[in-house]
Amino acid sequence: MNGAFLEEFRNRELVQGLAKQIVRLAEGRETPLTFMEVCGTHTMSIYQYGIRSLLPDGVRLISGPGCPVCVTPVGYVDKAVAYARQPNTIIATFGDMLRVPGSSSSLMQERARGADIRIVYSPLDALALAGKDPEKRVIFLGVGFETTAPTIAGTILSAASRGRDNFFVLAAHKTIPIPMSILSDDPELAIDGYLCPAHVSTIIGAEAYRFLAEEHKVPCVVTGFEPADILQGVEMLVRQVVEGRSTVENQYRRFVLPEGNTKAKELLSRVFVPSDAAWRGLGVIPGSGLAIAPEFARFDAEKVLPVTVEEPREPEGCCCGEVLKGKIAPINCPLFGTACTPEQPVGACMVSSEGSCAAAYKYGQ
Amino acid sequence: MCSPFCRANTRFAPTLFFLFLSNLTKEHPVDKDLILLGHGSGGRLSHQLLDELIIPTLSGIPTAGQNDAAILYHDGRRLAFTTDSYVVDPIFFPGGNIGHLAINGTVNDLAMVGAQPIAISVGLIMEEGFSRSELAEILRSMREAADQAGVVIAAGDTKVVPRGKADRIFINTSGIGFFRHELEIGGANARMGDKILINGTIGDHGVAVMSKREGLELGTDILSDCAPLNGLVESLLEEGSAIHVLRDPTRGGVATTLKEIAIQSNVSITLDEASLPLKGAVRGVCAVLGLDPLYVANEGKVLALVAPELAERVLKRMKDHPLGRDAAIIGEVTEGVGGKVRMVTLVGGTRAVEMLAGEQLPRIC
Amino acid sequence: MQITSRDGESIIAEIDGVSREASLMMLGEEVQVGDYVLIHAGFAISRLDEEEALETLALMRECLELSQSPT
Repeated sequence: MNGAFLEEFRNRELVQGLAKQIVRLAEGRETPLTFMEVCGTHTMSIYQYGIRSLLPDGVRLISGPGCPVCVTPVGYVDKAVAYARQPNTIIATFGDMLRVPGSSSSLMQERARGADIRIVYSPLDALALAGKDPEKRVIFLGVGFETTAPTIAGTILSAASRGRDNFFVLAAHKTIPIPMSILSDDPELAIDGYLCPAHVSTIIGAEAYRFLAEEHKVPCVVTGFEPADILQGVEMLVRQVVEGRSTVENQYRRFVLPEGNTKAKELLSRVFVPSDAAWRGLGVIPGSGLAIAPEFARFDAEKVLPVTVEEPREPEGCCCGEVLKGKIAPINCPLFGTACTPEQPVGACMVSSEGSCAAAYKYGQ
Repeated sequence: MCSPFCRANTRFAPTLFFLFLSNLTKEHPVDKDLILLGHGSGGRLSHQLLDELIIPTLSGIPTAGQNDAAILYHDGRRLAFTTDSYVVDPIFFPGGNIGHLAINGTVNDLAMVGAQPIAISVGLIMEEGFSRSELAEILRSMREAADQAGVVIAAGDTKVVPRGKADRIFINTSGIGFFRHELEIGGANARMGDKILINGTIGDHGVAVMSKREGLELGTDILSDCAPLNGLVESLLEEGSAIHVLRDPTRGGVATTLKEIAIQSNVSITLDEASLPLKGAVRGVCAVLGLDPLYVANEGKVLALVAPELAERVLKRMKDHPLGRDAAIIGEVTEGVGGKVRMVTLVGGTRAVEMLAGEQLPRIC
Repeated sequence: MQITSRDGESIIAEIDGVSREASLMMLGEEVQVGDYVLIHAGFAISRLDEEEALETLALMRECLELSQSPT
């Protein structure tokens, strides 16, 4: 089987055909349909391919809190900054976190002041740093959803088996289904359906969204991130609405199983326990976080390494919260494009490569 | 590449930039006294710096009049004059080195206004400790490039600064050219209906440099497309007044260059993504590095905006030239708001193409 | 991306001529050279089911045909 068939999921004719079907299905409706996506890759793909321009006026796509960097609260950045200022400390992080503004500084600014901050592509690279420099403490910034969390779990297990005592994780992992249920119950948003995430779903499985469809009565379609996938996902959502159904369907069956990735889920349950988590813009959501389990507490930066931070301050005028909830579009934020740009970001949504504001800025609205 | 001030080349070493930034907190908007990396990137910030400070102070020629080279009149004769500085990192990259760039870049700027390049001056600024044998190779490359372009290196200067005060070698070249015709070629000449042509694949140079910088392993070698375009341009100019605009999409890529032209000519441009010549390997590397090929620098490409009735003839001239085998028509000037560029995506959607604020790729040429 | 070589828990995968290393630590199912996997931050997270892929494409083509017929 050669790779060319993967190109088919970007095939123009297929996309156009799906778009036409959506137009037909949605015709004659009195109220517009609003579907939310909660996946950074979806956000980017939708902008890049101009997907919204293919949909009829009566079908709206809005972005939710699908970007893990964007939903990381100011207080977390402040803690990372505080650790960065401590002696003999290496902060290892994914690139996007570098420029997120905290209350009074960012990691990029700390690096300019001389802090040792390294960008890593994988958490295993951070563990390798700890191996190379046993005199220093390596603190990895654990930010991400269920796709990334298992990789950190695996890394912690690796650290444990190697007996590393200078490797720590500042954990801020989050899980997506519970916030989805909160947003779906919000009458202001009136979400008619969810395009469920691509990568996250490969881990947690399509069944993870069943409670949304059955208890919260929101149609769900697990969707891939190629343009034909997204169009097909939208078509399936419109079809559910039109037929009065509310269930979980899996458009991304070539990579997503009903039960997801069992091995990854096992890694998660070995190393993490559900916890409450603070989301930028959404506040504290019970059970939506993953904290390091007591058995591995020695790798938990917050438990083991003392640090003091002041009360976090949200940047004034920043509307990240409303953007993340899907209540407003980036362009409606008063700071968008003026005080807040990718070069001088005020809020996280403009920093991250998967952020709604960064995408809107680059691709126009 | 630089006319009086159409593209800024101010840059500061990254460490200086970060030190300045360290004094910033969210309470102070970015200190307006600081020159940032973005000011030298060729994007939005560069244009701002030119418009707000550099041009008013030095010359007063309005931005609308900016092209790749300045056109001077003396005693009834037209003369083209341009300058550019080269700070590419690394100085040796697949397909060329800073020497090739320094000559070809300036030759091309002269060609873009329709002039025949005659002579180049070379200013070398070297860091103490720089390798003499590397210098020798760079100089040989410059001679080779000059011979290929049919220009003479007529003047020069050499300076050495202490270790750490310059990054190995920076090169400035200036060039003069004469006109063999009366044609007016310039960024303000685009007209409704014009077809947009390019002589080959996009993104090769930027990706070649970035691959070397990032140490990526590739299945195939991507080489910089660095080449002198004056021969190709001479052939195109035989179509006479059908050629309205010529510009080489260097820093900022095809997107930035077309955006500049759209603004200068006050026209609306529509690009067709499916027609963009793009090597598979370049697409692949861009995907891995998170780059958009539309914004990646080219050093051997010319964008030509031509009268529609002669577009096919111009295309044939390009294809008949060794530097134009992969030439294509990639878009046109369409109805719409002046200054706007949009693209029909691979799947038939539409999206806006904006100018980037600052650096996508620092020190690419 | 397509797996071009494997060395224990580590693979090299390739797309569009670009090769990257990745870990199989997160993948429970067996993979071999020639399989396609989804890679995220240096880890393979899922293996492509080619039959499902073809079925998905078939459904899309059905949609295309429907869209070309008059309502």
